[in-house]
Amino acid sequence: MSAWDGLALGFGHALTLSNLGWALLGCFLGTAVGVLPGIGPALTIALLLPITFQVEATGAFILFCGIFYGAMYGGSTTSILLNTPGESGSIITALEGAKMARNGRAGPALATAAIGSFVAGTIGTLGISFLGPVVVEFALKLGPAEYFSLMVLCFVTVSAVLGGSALRGLTSLAFGLLLGLVGIDLQTGQPRMTFGIPELLDGVNVVLVAVALFAVGETLFLAWRHNNQKAEVRPVGSIMMSRDDWKRSWKPWLRGSFLGFPFGVMPAGGTEMPTMLSYYAERKLVAPEHAAEFGTTGAIEGVAGPEAANNAAAAGILVPMLTLGLPTSATAAIMLSAFQSYGINPGPMLFEQQSALVWTLIASLYVANIMLVVLNLPLVGLWARILKIPQPQLYAGILVFATIGTYGISNSVIDLVLLYGIGVVAMFMRRFDFPTAPVVIGMILGPMAEQAMRQALTISQGDWGTFVTRPGSAALLVVALLALVGPRVWGAVRRG
Amino acid sequence: MHDLARADLKVGGFVLALGGLALWQAAEIPVSPLYGQVGPKAVPYGVAAVLALLGAGLVVQALRGGWSHTLEEVQDAAPTNWRALVLLGAGLLANVALIGPQGFCLAASVQFVLVAAAFGSSRMGRDAALALVLTLAVWFGFVMLLGVNIGAGLLEGSILRLLGQELP
Repeated sequence: MSAWDGLALGFGHALTLSNLGWALLGCFLGTAVGVLPGIGPALTIALLLPITFQVEATGAFILFCGIFYGAMYGGSTTSILLNTPGESGSIITALEGAKMARNGRAGPALATAAIGSFVAGTIGTLGISFLGPVVVEFALKLGPAEYFSLMVLCFVTVSAVLGGSALRGLTSLAFGLLLGLVGIDLQTGQPRMTFGIPELLDGVNVVLVAVALFAVGETLFLAWRHNNQKAEVRPVGSIMMSRDDWKRSWKPWLRGSFLGFPFGVMPAGGTEMPTMLSYYAERKLVAPEHAAEFGTTGAIEGVAGPEAANNAAAAGILVPMLTLGLPTSATAAIMLSAFQSYGINPGPMLFEQQSALVWTLIASLYVANIMLVVLNLPLVGLWARILKIPQPQLYAGILVFATIGTYGISNSVIDLVLLYGIGVVAMFMRRFDFPTAPVVIGMILGPMAEQAMRQALTISQGDWGTFVTRPGSAALLVVALLALVGPRVWGAVRRG
Repeated sequence: MHDLARADLKVGGFVLALGGLALWQAAEIPVSPLYGQVGPKAVPYGVAAVLALLGAGLVVQALRGGWSHTLEEVQDAAPTNWRALVLLGAGLLANVALIGPQGFCLAASVQFVLVAAAFGSSRMGRDAALALVLTLAVWFGFVMLLGVNIGAGLLEGSILRLLGQELP
């Protein structure tokens, strides 16, 4: 199906009242959790996973994607008004945005962030619509061996390329892979890594791990270093952008979008790198008369560019998720497990077997973008008020949700003990700078990679050479190896 | 050896031990004789070995001075807030102890009050009232809207009876 046919089909379904309702609910929830420091889209979608038993797949995924896009919009509000990034992609926005807010320009900063997010989200969604079918064509040619190598590449890039240290990133990944192994082996029926505890035969629940990492660990870490300081929320003021603000914003929006989208599409997903690159690019390209605003009074270019890059990268992450079944962020990994709970296998077949679902989802992304810019510009005062929820009640409330989300899995106290145990591990991970996203990705993608590996080895009758003699697979493994050792070799060469 | 490096060494040791534990569990996996090609043990052995290797790598890094001293967040961190950690821990334990016998709302409300106190709230009465409203709303939301099966405890049960509904 061509992109145009697909979009026509998708909009037909997306514009029904119930699907518009799901999109609106998702955008609303997503903006709220994006604004609130301490919770993000991955945690929210994990807590809402039970909805997959109640609602048909299309509605649930429209909701999840609304949350995903909405959190990107909401995150910028927190960065600008509170100088505390709501999620990792907004860290850079806080640099210039918070400085603009301190100088009474919070309104234009919020406006350029919201409109930039809209521009980038629309460009990114166009990218999904037209790039998706192309990637699917290519992906249909991949056998299990190539798939396994592709997943290895994905593992390397999400854990070893991004973040502070390859060693710590890979440790997080291995921890996630280990968690994914717990339970009955699907192919032979043998219990693995269960320590003989019957409750572990079903495996460790994804929701439990996500809640432990993103809610319990985070809360414990904040309590550890808590010093009763109150962060100050800056007033919003007028959100009108002057003619000059528009003139200075539109190029950074476009540059950010075109920079961010490819980063999201590559298995090296993640929004930190493109936002950072966009920031440095804008700093270099800024008109000389505004150069002094960077780092002092706050330059609007430094908000517009990174915010656009953030949203475009987030949209890009959906390309490998929908076309290859490869999640490159924690949120995408949780969405992947939602597909599994519907018995849908994400991957190239998704576009063929579930074309109505996929195209409705993509059409809903356009709709969500329009809803979000409307929700975020006139209603920005409402979101700013959410920021005034005091810290004690906010974190106490987050743990209430963490409790019900986990206890609701099977009414088991053992789950709660496991939740707190992994939460303590997550607290130390935070302190010692181990990234958390590779844990979730490893846990969800690990079993799929093992299955692909064993299929490939069954086809090759046990010959491990199949991964290096098939050219596609070998090429992917070489790229993975380069991504792993390349930066280090390059660094050693440069140091001489 | 510096304090920060010693903390890093403990982390490396922990990862190494986790790798060892995983190797032991991988060895314990029963092998079915029916399955010839790649059995259920190959990947667990691989992951466990990689984890142990990474742990060894972290130990080496810690012995060379560690990585904590390079982290900005650690350098300007506030001192450990024992009061907050103890109150938060008490909240989690109270929740685990109470949720079975008393049900979600009461257990989570006790947890709410203790966690809010951990983060410096001094108005326990107001927190308790807030907690009861929130936990009830969350319970009804999850049970009625999301269809999550969570048994009704004391509080949930009596409210359901007041509404004249059957216990789920």
